[in-house]
Amino acid sequence: MEDHLRNEKNLRRSKTEKKLLRRQKKTGHTLLRHEGISIVSHPTKCLVVSNGGLGNGVSRELLLELLKDGGTVESILMPPNKPYAYVTYASLEEGQNAQGLLNGRVLRCHDQDITLYLSFVENGKHVGGEVSGSCALPPGLSVWEEFVSPEEEAQLLQAVDWLSLNDDVTVQQELRHRRVKHYGYEFRYDNNNVDKEKPLTGGLPAQCDAMLHRCLSEGHISVLPDQLTVNQYQSGQGIPPHVDTHSAFEDTLLSLSLGEKTVMDFRHPGGQSVAVVLPGRSLLVMKGESRYLWTHGITPRKFDVVPASKDEGSGVVTSDPSNLTLSRRGTRTSFTFRKVRHTPCDCAYPSACDSQRPSSLPSLPVASSDACRLEAQYVHHVYEEISTHFSSTRHSPWPRVREFLLSIPHAALLADIGCGNGKYLGINPQVISVGCDRSVNLASICTERGYQAFVCDALSVPLRSTSFDACLSIAVIHHFSTQERRLAAIKELVRLLNVGGRALIYVWAMEQDYMDQKSKYLKAKRNLENQAGKVSSSPTCTSENSNSMGQHKLNIHTNRTVFVSQDLLVPWHLKGDKGCTEEGALDKAASQHLVFHRYYHVFQEGELEKLCCLVKGVKVLDSYYDQGNWCVVLEKICDL
Amino acid sequence: MKLLTHNMLTSHVKGVTKGYPLLIKATEVKVNEVEFQPQFVSRMIPKLEWSALIQAAEGLGYLQDLPNAPISNYENNEEFLRKVHRVLLEVEVIEGCLQCPESGRQFPISKGVPNMLLNEDES
Repeated sequence: MEDHLRNEKNLRRSKTEKKLLRRQKKTGHTLLRHEGISIVSHPTKCLVVSNGGLGNGVSRELLLELLKDGGTVESILMPPNKPYAYVTYASLEEGQNAQGLLNGRVLRCHDQDITLYLSFVENGKHVGGEVSGSCALPPGLSVWEEFVSPEEEAQLLQAVDWLSLNDDVTVQQELRHRRVKHYGYEFRYDNNNVDKEKPLTGGLPAQCDAMLHRCLSEGHISVLPDQLTVNQYQSGQGIPPHVDTHSAFEDTLLSLSLGEKTVMDFRHPGGQSVAVVLPGRSLLVMKGESRYLWTHGITPRKFDVVPASKDEGSGVVTSDPSNLTLSRRGTRTSFTFRKVRHTPCDCAYPSACDSQRPSSLPSLPVASSDACRLEAQYVHHVYEEISTHFSSTRHSPWPRVREFLLSIPHAALLADIGCGNGKYLGINPQVISVGCDRSVNLASICTERGYQAFVCDALSVPLRSTSFDACLSIAVIHHFSTQERRLAAIKELVRLLNVGGRALIYVWAMEQDYMDQKSKYLKAKRNLENQAGKVSSSPTCTSENSNSMGQHKLNIHTNRTVFVSQDLLVPWHLKGDKGCTEEGALDKAASQHLVFHRYYHVFQEGELEKLCCLVKGVKVLDSYYDQGNWCVVLEKICDL
Repeated sequence: MKLLTHNMLTSHVKGVTKGYPLLIKATEVKVNEVEFQPQFVSRMIPKLEWSALIQAAEGLGYLQDLPNAPISNYENNEEFLRKVHRVLLEVEVIEGCLQCPESGRQFPISKGVPNMLLNEDES
C-alpha cells in the first residue's frame, strides 16, 4: 500500500521534473549557442543561473538573497547586459543542493516573474571573470563626491522655478527626454550654441554663489561661469552623446548632480568608451581632452549597471563581473555651469572643433598638379609628422604577406616599395631586401633597424629595371588620388620585376564587412556597443557635397566605421612620444592630441584586378580579400 | 647604404638616359661586420652589375684587388667570395651623396639613408 502511494508520488513529481528538465535543456542549448557556455551533467560547485543576469534586470542583491538558500555562496559573477550569472558555492555538495532546491524557482523582480534555471558548469572554466574596458577616467575628467551638503542640495533644487518655463513649448517638446531651464544665456538646441548678444536677465541664481566660489578657490575653475543649464531627468530619461560646442563655451565645464545617481557614458572618437558613476551631490569637472574630444551622454534606461561594492561612490564602471549590480534610477537634476566663449576656440582637438574646421576641405583632384598637392599635404606631410607613433603601431606582419615573402627563393632580390617602418624587410633573411618610402622619418627608422632603405616616390623609383625577383606594395597605392596615378604606381612596380618575378599588392577595401565577416578594423570597435555597423557621420560634408566646379569635396571618415565613399580623409589621432624635456613639455602636451588627416582611395571589389589588367606584360596569379584589404599577386610574363 | 643597395640604385631624373651607376661622394664610411654566407654571396654575383661594384669599391678604397670581371669557378673560391662579401654587405656609406653621372644632380645620404626624392619638375 505504502509502496503504491510512493510510486504514484514519484510519477507525479517526474512529470513536473520532466517539464523543468525540458526547459532547462532548452536554456542550456541557448547558452551554448549564443554564449559558448557548455553545461555539464555531473554536479559541480559552480553553476550558471539562466535568467538571473543583470540583462534581465536581476540585481546582485536580489540574486544573492535567493542563492544563499542553497548553501554558502563563495562568489557571484554577473557579466554586464547578459541574461545569466554564475554562482560558486563553497563545496560541491552545496552546489548540488542548490541546483536541486533552486532550479525552476520563480523570482519576483520589478513586478515581473522570472523563472531561474540552474545548471552545472565546469569549475573555474568561466569564472575567470574577464575584465575588459578601461578603468581610467578620460583625461581631464574628475568627479568630486559630496561637493555640496544635503542642505545646499535642497536649496539649489528649490531655486529652480520650473513653473515659469513653459513659454517655449517647442523646445520642451523637442527635449521630451528631460526638463531643461537656462540661466545667464539661453542655450539654443537648433544650432547648439548660445546667443552671445542676448544674455538673459537675472543671471545665475544666487543660491549657486557659495558652491561656485568653492570651485574657484579649490582650483576647478579660474573664472566664474556665466551660463547655467539645469536638466531634470526622470528614471528612463537620458541625453544623446555630444561634445559641448567648442565655440560656445570655454574649456572647463562643471556639472553638479543632485538627487539620485546616474551613469554617464564617455566616448573617444577612436572607440574607447568609459562609463562613470555620478553620485548625488557630486561635482563632475570636464577639462581638456574630456571636454573637447570625448562625447558624453546618458543612456535612457531605468537601471544602470554599477559596481556592487558599496564603498565605491563615483568612478569608472568596469566590466568586472564579480563586482557589478543594478541600480534603479530615480529623479536626477544636474546643474551644468559653463563660461560663454567670446573668441574662436583654439583647442588642440581640431577634428572635434567647430572653430577650427577647415573652411575648405580639399576636393578630389582632377588635374595631376592638384593630385600632387593633395598627396603632399594629406599623405606625405602626415606620415612625416606621425612617423614615430605610426611605426609604434606597425609591428605584426600580416600572415599572408609573410607567406608570400617566405615563398621567395634563396638569395632572390626583393624591393618593398612603400616599406613604412620596414616590418616586412626582415621576414625572410635568405632574401636580399631593399625598402623605400616617401617618408624620410620612416626610411630612417628602417635603417636604424639595420635594413637597407632609401627615400623616394613610388611613381619614380630609382631602381634598375628588370632586376627584382619580387616586389611588395603593401598599403601604398590607396594613397594615390587619381586612377591614372594608381595605375602608374603599379606600372612602376612591374618595371622593376624580372620576367617571372612576382609582385604582391595590398590596398584598403571599401568593403569592411565582406562576406559578413567584419574586418579587424571594424572589430576593434567592439567596446563601443555595436556601433561597428554605424555609418560615418561627417559634420560638414556628405557625398552630395560638391562645389561650383562639380568637384566632390572629400569626406572625413569616422574611424572604425564603414566607409561611405571611396575617396576620403582618415583621421590619425597622434599620441606624443614619451620622455620629453621640461622645456618641450608644454609643446608636447599640446601636440599629444593632434589630429592628422590622411587621404585614402579605398578600393571596391574587382577594382584592383581591373587596374592590373591595364598593365601590359603581366598576369594576375591570385586575387583575394584579406583583413579588410583587396590583394593581388602579379607575375611579369614578358618585358616590353 | 651598402654597396649592394648602390648596385641597384639608378638616377631617375627626367630625360636622363645614362643614369647608372651613381657616383658616390662619401664623407663618412663605416665597415660593419656581417656573418659570411658563401652560398648567399655566390648566388648574388650574377644579379650584380659587376663593373658598378668595382667602380664603387675602388672609389671608397675597398677594392681589395677585385678583378674587372668575376673569376671563373668563384662558387668554390672562399677568398674571392669573402672579398665580395666585404664590399657588398659590410662597407656602408653613412654620410655623403650620390651623383647622377649624366645630369650631375646630387642626392644626399644622411645617417645612411639616401634621399632620392626629385622635385616636381625633375620627374
